Amino acid sequence: MSSARKPKLAVWKFASCDGCQLSLLDCEDELLDLAGAVSIANFLEASSAVQPGPYDLSLVEGSITTSHDAERIHKVRRQSKYLVTIGACATAGGIQALRNFADVNDFIAAVYASPQYISTLATSTPISAHVKVDYELRGCPIDKGQLIEVIAAFLAGRKPAVAAHSVCIECKQRGTPCVMVQGTPCLGPVTHAGCGALCPSYRRGCYGCFGPMETPNTAALAREWQALGAISRDIQRAFRTFNAAAEPFRKESTAHGDQDHPG
Amino acid sequence: MGTNVTIARDGLQALIEALRADGREVIGPTVREGAIIYDAIRDIADLPAGWTDRQEAGRYGLEQRADGALFGYTVGPHAWKQFLFPARETLWTMRRTGDGAEVTDGATPASRHAFIGVRSCELHAIAIQDKVFVSGPYPDTNYRARRADAFIVAVNCGQAGNTCFCVSMRTGPKVEGGFDLSLTELLDDTRHDFLIAIGSEAGAAIMQHVPHRPATAADLSAADSAVARAAAGIGRHLQTEGLKQALQAAPEHRRWDEVAARCLTCGNCTMVCPTCFCTTVRDHTDLAGNTARRVREWDSCFTLDFSYIHGGSVRHAPRARYRQWLTHKLANWIDQFGTSGCVGCGRCITWCPVGIDITEEAAAIANAPAAAREAHHEGA
Ligand code: SF4
Ligand code: SF4
Ligand code: SF4
Ligand code: SF4
Repeated sequence: MSSARKPKLAVWKFASCDGCQLSLLDCEDELLDLAGAVSIANFLEASSAVQPGPYDLSLVEGSITTSHDAERIHKVRRQSKYLVTIGACATAGGIQALRNFADVNDFIAAVYASPQYISTLATSTPISAHVKVDYELRGCPIDKGQLIEVIAAFLAGRKPAVAAHSVCIECKQRGTPCVMVQGTPCLGPVTHAGCGALCPSYRRGCYGCFGPMETPNTAALAREWQALGAISRDIQRAFRTFNAAAEPFRKESTAHGDQDHPG
Repeated sequence: MGTNVTIARDGLQALIEALRADGREVIGPTVREGAIIYDAIRDIADLPAGWTDRQEAGRYGLEQRADGALFGYTVGPHAWKQFLFPARETLWTMRRTGDGAEVTDGATPASRHAFIGVRSCELHAIAIQDKVFVSGPYPDTNYRARRADAFIVAVNCGQAGNTCFCVSMRTGPKVEGGFDLSLTELLDDTRHDFLIAIGSEAGAAIMQHVPHRPATAADLSAADSAVARAAAGIGRHLQTEGLKQALQAAPEHRRWDEVAARCLTCGNCTMVCPTCFCTTVRDHTDLAGNTARRVREWDSCFTLDFSYIHGGSVRHAPRARYRQWLTHKLANWIDQFGTSGCVGCGRCITWCPVGIDITEEAAAIANAPAAAREAHHEGA
């Protein structure tokens, strides 16, 4: 492996908080191995030295919220042999996709002193709405172990061992007694695995950071949340977080609203 | 063997100590995260004294008992399979060497276990997994090693849970065999003792370190009535006669669609089931490309990957996945292994987040075969 040309890695940022890119820097134990296996050609969080493309592997963080970015992502795609989105923003539009449910001009007027300087799109959309994506890694933020797995799989030319089933399977594998059965509403049954069922291990319901699992039955879960005392607004809010625009979550959230909010 | 003796509450402490002195890790019921789970215990004080559980379809909670019973509850979210058949296990690791590769076996069988508080349904579940893993031409050597090393202290149920149906499955509540020692808790205003049945040489050997006295006729009859009380209080029933044929004859029953509308395909039922044995194998390589690892993990017939063959998943529709689970457990298992795959422990009912009840679903299909013709045939 060491005799061959090292694959060039690029990391790109669109509308996002940088948390997913930072997961890469957070891979302390693996960072040396990573630097040995790839040439980090473009990663502004880590170094301002940029090598020109093309790149063998591009990791893309963030969603598309401006017309400038909508063009820039095509340039990234053209320079990338293999493009992987990292995190909920790049994969589903992120928390900023809440604008998709409202009028973005209202937000702009409320937030900025001089709204005329703001140029933005009406929606926040995932990278896959604009260009072909080779692999989507979920999570808000991504799990660094999964990120290393995806990069290692890319280097070995194999499929990443990343499961698309529910968080519940991870929850049971680690032996956590189910919080939902004990009365706390949990999004684990409709949420994509990846975090290792972190929140239930702290006695909290899952927040759905990894977005919809492979075959999410959100309607059946919402009925059970109601049986546990959740009102319509709670359910809408639960589905409208980091993956609000992921289709199954979007659809379920629009089936619930403010109608029954108490007093 | 077959001898009965009686020990006092303190005798149980002596038993735990004797098992530890024998070099075993003692695993037993203990309260954690709002449930009675199985974990390492060092002392009788780690047992759930004075606790009981309240179980319904999709609901579980602990309650304080009026007495100080140590085993006054039924099975919780954990099963002994997590110790005999761990959820994740490295099968082997391969490392690049100068001119080749070197393979090391992954799993070294963990410490020698003693399991305290194994219920009758669970003994039957262990026997079923023994058949799956150990009999046949390709035994699972790690399972076999852990199983051979395990010392089993069974306990007779003195009460049944609301989701239990061992009586229907003829797997309980009375412990019949497959243990080194079995306990029956004898508790009233005047005493807190345990009747012990010795089931093996190893059991007899350990009892030499535990103060005991011969069991009296009164002890034996108190133990009998405790088990009778559990059998009488059993929460659920399943008519097993004709069930296999009825299920196998109804692949297109409308009920599969109805249950699929409720089912989350989350896999919880299979994870908690003490007989479910399905796994997936994942290969991992490191960044440097010098090490490869093959890891085996619990998998479930509710995941799409589980039935993925070239081009897609064979059981794409949720109805096909629920049907696989139920018909495998209650019908096809009999063709495959000679017994039902269900021991009636009720875990899949309690720990299903939406409370889908296997006894209800099976009965609906077996009792109304005519509905089969009304089913629509969408999806496999
Ligand atoms: S706590 Fe949540 S994630 Fe865990 S098994 Fe229950 S529903 Fe699933
Ligand atoms: S199913 Fe039977 S043996 Fe198992 S815990 Fe319930 S009563 Fe006890
Ligand atoms: S199918 Fe359900 S009741 Fe039967 S053994 Fe499995 S978990 Fe227990
Ligand atoms: S039956 Fe219940 S526990 Fe099993 S997959 Fe369906 S919803 Fe999950």
